[in-house]
Amino acid sequence: MTDLKSESSDLSELDEGALRGPGFTWHRLLGSWRTAGIAIPFAILFITLSISSGPFLHTTNLINILDQQASTLCIAAAGTLVLITGGIDLSVGATYGLATVVAGQIAAHHSPVLAIVAGIGVGLLVGLVNGLIRTIFKINPLITTLAMSFVIGGLALKVSAGNLIVLSPTGGFFKFANAQFLTVPSAVWITLFVIVVLGLLLSRTTFGRYMVASGGNEEAARLAGVRVNLVRVIAFTLSGGAAGLGGVIDISRLLSAQAASGGNTLSFTVLAGIVVGGTSIAGGEGSVWRTGLGVLFIALIGNGIDLLGIDPLYQNIVLGAILLVAVGLDSWARSRRR
Amino acid sequence: MSSRTSEVGPRRTADNPGGDLVVAGVSKRFGGVPALNDISLTIEPGKVHALIGENGAGKSTLGKIISGVLQPDEGTLTFGGEPLTMRSPREGLGHGVVTIAQELAIVPGLTVAENVYLGSQIATAGFVRRREMRRQFRELAHHVGFDLSPDVRAGNLSTADMQKVEIMRALSRNAAVVVMDEPSAALSGRESAALHEIIRSLARRGSAVILISHFLSEVLSLSDTITTLRDGRLVRTVEAAGATEDSLIEGMLGRSLSSVFPDKSIAETPAETVLEVDHLCAPGVTDCSFVLRRGEILGIAGLVGAGRSELARAIFRDAKVTGGKVRLGGSELGGHSPHRSINRGLALIPESRKAMGLMMSRSVKENVSLSRLSLVSRLGWIAPIRERRTVSRLMDKTTVKAAGMGQSVSMLSGGNQQKLLFARTLMCSPSVLIADEPTRGVDVGSKRAIYDLLTEMAQEGMGIIVISSELEEVLGLAHRVIVMRHGRIITELSGPDMNEQAVLAAAFAETTTH
Repeated sequence: MTDLKSESSDLSELDEGALRGPGFTWHRLLGSWRTAGIAIPFAILFITLSISSGPFLHTTNLINILDQQASTLCIAAAGTLVLITGGIDLSVGATYGLATVVAGQIAAHHSPVLAIVAGIGVGLLVGLVNGLIRTIFKINPLITTLAMSFVIGGLALKVSAGNLIVLSPTGGFFKFANAQFLTVPSAVWITLFVIVVLGLLLSRTTFGRYMVASGGNEEAARLAGVRVNLVRVIAFTLSGGAAGLGGVIDISRLLSAQAASGGNTLSFTVLAGIVVGGTSIAGGEGSVWRTGLGVLFIALIGNGIDLLGIDPLYQNIVLGAILLVAVGLDSWARSRRR
Repeated sequence: MSSRTSEVGPRRTADNPGGDLVVAGVSKRFGGVPALNDISLTIEPGKVHALIGENGAGKSTLGKIISGVLQPDEGTLTFGGEPLTMRSPREGLGHGVVTIAQELAIVPGLTVAENVYLGSQIATAGFVRRREMRRQFRELAHHVGFDLSPDVRAGNLSTADMQKVEIMRALSRNAAVVVMDEPSAALSGRESAALHEIIRSLARRGSAVILISHFLSEVLSLSDTITTLRDGRLVRTVEAAGATEDSLIEGMLGRSLSSVFPDKSIAETPAETVLEVDHLCAPGVTDCSFVLRRGEILGIAGLVGAGRSELARAIFRDAKVTGGKVRLGGSELGGHSPHRSINRGLALIPESRKAMGLMMSRSVKENVSLSRLSLVSRLGWIAPIRERRTVSRLMDKTTVKAAGMGQSVSMLSGGNQQKLLFARTLMCSPSVLIADEPTRGVDVGSKRAIYDLLTEMAQEGMGIIVISSELEEVLGLAHRVIVMRHGRIITELSGPDMNEQAVLAAAFAETTTH
């Protein structure tokens, strides 16, 4: 008995010796790879733009970029969670549009607080419906949310009666996104808050673990006692809520809203930001702060093309190419792991 | 280019069988694990040649090599004196070798007739000649006596009907060699009688039939020659006329114990019942009842597909339970979610650690703590130090060897991955554990460690159910064994009755429906 025992532990130690070196290195390389994959290109782009374009590094320009990207950043932060749980949300653009017209209509006649709550509430509701359809009827999330985006787009047209809603730059609603604190508009602070909260939710809480597990291996997560369906519904709800918040921020910022604002372009920009940030399109892998870098990376390319006077036609071509590289690297990393 | 059927020599058919198919010295390994070792046999035209053996004896592997699905690492195949090299089932087809596989190869979206003529399309310039296809189909269906409509979508058929489609596909090719891997497993009594008639007529027409089957009476009544395999080796090839069920079972077992099991110690006084399964019915499980006591290891034996894993998932409430009750610690276990079962103190280590157990790309730590994050968190906020401490203690206890708890589990050996699932289970401290194939694909050292773990957990008072396809493992670990077949519990064995002979006899026993 004892002999056998010591023999078995010897065997296991051999095992470990063989695995320790390459295994650990691979893990570190791949673990940091997703971070390096966005952080390094982002830094290079940032430095290049600082050198080649005078106005780029001005505080005004930088704050402007953040202000313009506030809604996209919020939506992408929550969308990251959906992707991590193994889903995808293509309805955020339409939800954003619906939230702008709902909040706009209410803000024109009622209290600003009600407008803000209604805008976010509409988003949460859409997200909840998305999640329930996805989990109860087991419909592919891509199709679910694509179909929902048509429904919501139609609803938004109905709410706004097809009109452009214009608000006056007075009153509390305007202040929601435009109040200045430390020379930075509140839209940026709200975004920062959303990213930090969702980032911590993902990386520091039990719910975050459940999200990663649900996307990483649905069957295993379920058998380990994770309520995968509940986790997915919550992720979709958060994504819808963020789309609502994004819509409210933008109508407060721009004071005009239209049912068609946002739309599929926004959904795709958000998705591009998430994927460029290194979140796996297959689920189970990703981070909120990297999504932030991904969204800003795409924004910097647009800003750089503007500032350097390059033909804006190239913007989409460059974006598409970057997206392909990001998705290609993700799929390569996953094939290495299996 | 080389895969073109026209280049692989003259196609053999039942009418032009072209002599014996000779398997000479064939060996096959899967990732270093030998599956077949130096197998030699001769398959004659017009005869039914059965391959029998326990789970994992290498029957299906040999069938796949003969049909070209797998390539042998060593050894050769010759057919009528000519060497036979097949790199794909398509090349096998070119040689007149057809397989009816264990896993059905049906395209659900195509019609029955299209499935039958799949791969040998009746077509002119790429356009399928539907009328001609239907006509040929009707002729063939009439010939074999199957009542199938050519235009039904194959996906809407029952499993048995799908199997008929596969059989017709083989027949439509007028094959010289037909490999049938468990053809009657999905069929009812009447349908398998029809199948037996077809097998006989195939042989009469001059085809060689290779029959892989778990049903010994079927094997004895149909075949001319029977080859017994054990652990990838050929035990013997005999004439069916001189064989009996007993002599076949005797040939399938009789290996030496390759590992030593820990002592079975259990309190003599009957311990309290921790799990009671009462007339449980679920998909693949029919009317199963048994009890499990504190500190006891109960083995569940049976052939692959006997419903062992299905029973485990039904008890765990991960399957749709259609009848019966499960009582855990005296009170009924309800609900439809593993979540609740785990909270009630029931844990499952699933049969496939990669597909059902682990998040392969995530860290050791995340995989261990997943089921019981509540122990290392407050209000949903994970306490990192407490988590590391807990996981580290569990890794020590289960002897998981990893470069660190941050290491991705995909980098661990199979044995360590399996031990990691035990660490997760220990963190849940369940009163009952169901371990489904706990040592599948792990090295000898880890096997022993897992046996020790199971024994230790039982001694600490856990009730454990071990499901295993390795008979010696079930017998070596369990205090009591139940044997399953066709979703039912056939018998319960303990004490001196608990031996390989008795378990195999029960596992292979024919039920009245057959």
